[in-house]
Amino acid sequence: MTENIKKIQTGIQNSGVEDVTADVLEEDSSWIKSKRYWYLTSMILPGVPILSAYIASQTGNGLWLWSMFVVLYAILPLLDHLSGLDAANPSDELMDELGKDRYYVYIMYGATVAHWVALVYMAYVVSSFDFSWFSILGGALSAGIANGLALVAGHELGHKVNDKAQVFCAKLMLACSGYGHFFIEHNKGHHKDVATPEDPATSRFGETIYKFVQREIPGAFRRAWELESARLHRLGKSEWSLSNEIIQPALITITAYTLMLAYFGPVMIPFLAIAAGYGWWQLTCANYVEHYGLMRERDANGRYERCQARHSWNSNHKVSNLVLLHLQRHSDHHAHPTRPYQLLRDYPEVPGLPSGYPWMFAVAMFPSAWFSVMNPMVVNWAEGDMTKVNIDPDVQDEVFKRYHNPKVAKAA
Amino acid sequence: MNKYECPDCGYIYDETLGAEHEGYPAGTKFDDLPDDFPCPDCFVREKPDFVEQSS
Ligand SMILES: [Zn+2]
Repeated sequence: MTENIKKIQTGIQNSGVEDVTADVLEEDSSWIKSKRYWYLTSMILPGVPILSAYIASQTGNGLWLWSMFVVLYAILPLLDHLSGLDAANPSDELMDELGKDRYYVYIMYGATVAHWVALVYMAYVVSSFDFSWFSILGGALSAGIANGLALVAGHELGHKVNDKAQVFCAKLMLACSGYGHFFIEHNKGHHKDVATPEDPATSRFGETIYKFVQREIPGAFRRAWELESARLHRLGKSEWSLSNEIIQPALITITAYTLMLAYFGPVMIPFLAIAAGYGWWQLTCANYVEHYGLMRERDANGRYERCQARHSWNSNHKVSNLVLLHLQRHSDHHAHPTRPYQLLRDYPEVPGLPSGYPWMFAVAMFPSAWFSVMNPMVVNWAEGDMTKVNIDPDVQDEVFKRYHNPKVAKAA
Repeated sequence: MNKYECPDCGYIYDETLGAEHEGYPAGTKFDDLPDDFPCPDCFVREKPDFVEQSS
């Protein structure tokens, strides 16, 4: 078996992951090629709220509207558990082939349409039939989870800045939940500052998700606006112009939400607020999980080292990787932000989570459970040296007292 | 007019084209870009990382 494993460097010098290698097995190639059909999940999943809303409207049973809630927190974690890990990496030759194949981009275009249909159809169903407030809440949360998936796809598309069509679809995707500033903030802000205390989209050791979100959402918006203003000023334009790529998707959202309010009535006010807000929350969960506690070191000049493979939490769980477009191969994503989803690779030595992101999102919502799972893993990552950990300043002293023990860690 | 390549993603800064979208018009010399100019594709490499291409 070992004979067939090819250890390959990441392929590109200066990538930030020089010290890790990816395992490539030739016999994995057929599985990797067959994933082209599995990735259709991105177009099929928005069909879940559509189908379940249709069933609810026909049967009058509003509990169906909770479908995506069950999918995210029960079905996906269960399928992840049953299907196990997928460590398969494409070889360099296969990467070349899959990277050129536009099919993978077309799936994203199809998903863009599907997500808008899902949002509008759910809005139609909750407003046009007689459901209890509890059922409508379920419908709004389901739409919110679908919006979260739209943000994942919008993230994928938003990195392809040299392709106008993909950027346009990114704006449409992000506009589902009114989070259009994300691709600016993420590409130019998060990728630059990741795993540092300065990054509002990197969570700190000892910081609950409920505290994190209050720093993340305003911080991300502010950073996006500053970056976009600076770009427009270089172009000699005002930030209050239609060239502003935060204003463009915002106009899509405002237009769509106004039309839904006009056609579907005042129930759209709570429905859209919850659907958008719960979409944002999915992104908050992702940001919270992806780099929790991890920190880049400073060099002699005080500059942060490049983002390395060791600065992201990864997971190889099969089903969630298909659903989330390999976002969970997060170290490779940070090493190569423009690398499309079908090419992202796993590295065996990178920090790994005990489950896929969907289950970790659920755990994150219970801070004591999150801390008991993750804190020991971060301490282990830092080999007991808490000066290397990105710690919430409010709990710094307690954390040091409890965990800081570099000598013991080194001796062990 | 010279060309400079991003060592991560392969983007090429071509002085004849500039990086219009980012606010650096066609004809902007590489030397005139600010030091913190990030690669306009991947945004994780900056001007000092770029490699001049031999013409
Ligand atoms: Zn680049």
